[in-house]
Amino acid sequence: MTRKLNLRIWRGDATDGALQDVVVEANEGEVVLDVIHRVQATQMGDLAVRWNCKAGKCGSCSMEINGKPRLACMTQVASYGDDETITVTPLRAFPVIKDLVTDVSFNYRKAMEIPAYEHPKDLAPGDARMEQIDVERSQEFRKCIECFLCQDVCHVVRDHEENKKSFAGPRFFIRIAELDMHPLDMLKNRKRTAQEEHGIGMCNITKCCTEVCPEHIKITDNAIIPMKERVVDIKYDPARMFAGLLKRDKRN
Amino acid sequence: MSGVFSPGRAKIKERTLRTDKWWIEPAITFGVLFSFIIYATFRAFEGANYYKDHLISPFYSPCLSEACVPEAVIMGFTPVSAEIFNFALSPALIILIFPLGFRMTCYYYRKAYYRSFWLSPPACAVAEPHTKYTGETRAPLILQNAHRWFFYAGLVFNVILTYDAVISFKSVEGEWGHVSVGSIVLTLSATMLWFYSLSCHTCRHTIGGRLKNFSKHPVRYKLWTRVSILNHYHQQFAWYSLGAVAFADIYVRQVATGAWTNFYFF
Repeated sequence: MTRKLNLRIWRGDATDGALQDVVVEANEGEVVLDVIHRVQATQMGDLAVRWNCKAGKCGSCSMEINGKPRLACMTQVASYGDDETITVTPLRAFPVIKDLVTDVSFNYRKAMEIPAYEHPKDLAPGDARMEQIDVERSQEFRKCIECFLCQDVCHVVRDHEENKKSFAGPRFFIRIAELDMHPLDMLKNRKRTAQEEHGIGMCNITKCCTEVCPEHIKITDNAIIPMKERVVDIKYDPARMFAGLLKRDKRN
Repeated sequence: MSGVFSPGRAKIKERTLRTDKWWIEPAITFGVLFSFIIYATFRAFEGANYYKDHLISPFYSPCLSEACVPEAVIMGFTPVSAEIFNFALSPALIILIFPLGFRMTCYYYRKAYYRSFWLSPPACAVAEPHTKYTGETRAPLILQNAHRWFFYAGLVFNVILTYDAVISFKSVEGEWGHVSVGSIVLTLSATMLWFYSLSCHTCRHTIGGRLKNFSKHPVRYKLWTRVSILNHYHQQFAWYSLGAVAFADIYVRQVATGAWTNFYFF
């Protein structure tokens, strides 16, 4: 069944732009990315939109649909009312390049700041073994498709541009957590740098990153809070303070 | 101009384009928490109507002041003077910092009140009103890291409130084995507090989450999986326990003032 859909699409670049109304046909079962493509093919030939897999696995078509950060390829048109206008804008935490395409290079710079896995020196390549229960915990974080919706929705950088230099963001906190929970990772200062360099203390646990994650990764409960707790272990734990272990843990 | 209005970002004048009723959840949270704060403040300063016939309000337990009614004191332990600088100190004021601190620093309540009271942010993808944000990196919010201290203190309180619940299974004359509405209310309150504490993120971390290597600690791993299940419902336990404690206090107060009679089933 086909219906007429009222769509508002933000068009412009870094200097200026505006929402433009358009009416487009939408077929049963289509997602927002489908109708954006139809607009591009029939009415706005120069509309810029980033996409790739159309299966919710590449993380390219991240945008904001009716104000919520979402993947356009995973958002059913039918989830909106027949009379409802669907408003589509680029991600609002990042600089816009053109129309629905934003410059997400902030995330790549942050990725480079996270120290990589450090293999045990006395373990030859190929000799490393891990039990399944040790793999499972960090496996959840490997589901990340780097759509950067969590980075977009996080108010620490979304609402405060100046924090971008000192805050890695939820996507990279799950990377830090994954490595810190890795039984073989030998790097000793991940907890301390998570707080002192990557800004995990700026997170105030409002869980928006978890709410928007299309892979349903429990970013806050399974990565950010455990990392905050690990920072508490080495800096604020009363039992360890009283036991005089704080000094020993400085290497962490 | 900063945040979503920063130079280079898409020029959109609205603070949010969300069309759903995003404000309902923070509004309800604000209403409920604010009501609790008002009631708890009134009760903390009231300094009366907290004990009647083996029922003690959780707001006043343990009762550590010399001003406490003798029956409410555990083993005669009253180390705190009834007055400080000629100010009559309500016994609740001595102890409420611990449960209050536990809830204030709780990872769930942080989400709740940062959104509903501080609007930081009021809801996801809704621009917050503040021009500057440093999060929990400096005083006073860096004190959120004291959650573990309050967690340990909270466990001690849970033991005491469980003791209070057990004591409530006495008749008015002091005979064991009698069940009243009051004993059920206090038992429910203590039970909810245990669930709230044991589902806490700090509990989950200390029991096993801090480990790098689950396979080398199978017992702690098993415990961690169990606490993780509880942790999934931490938000619910936070509200249930808050409601249960408030109702327990209301019930004891009503019984103590004579407005309600504590009904005994047997």
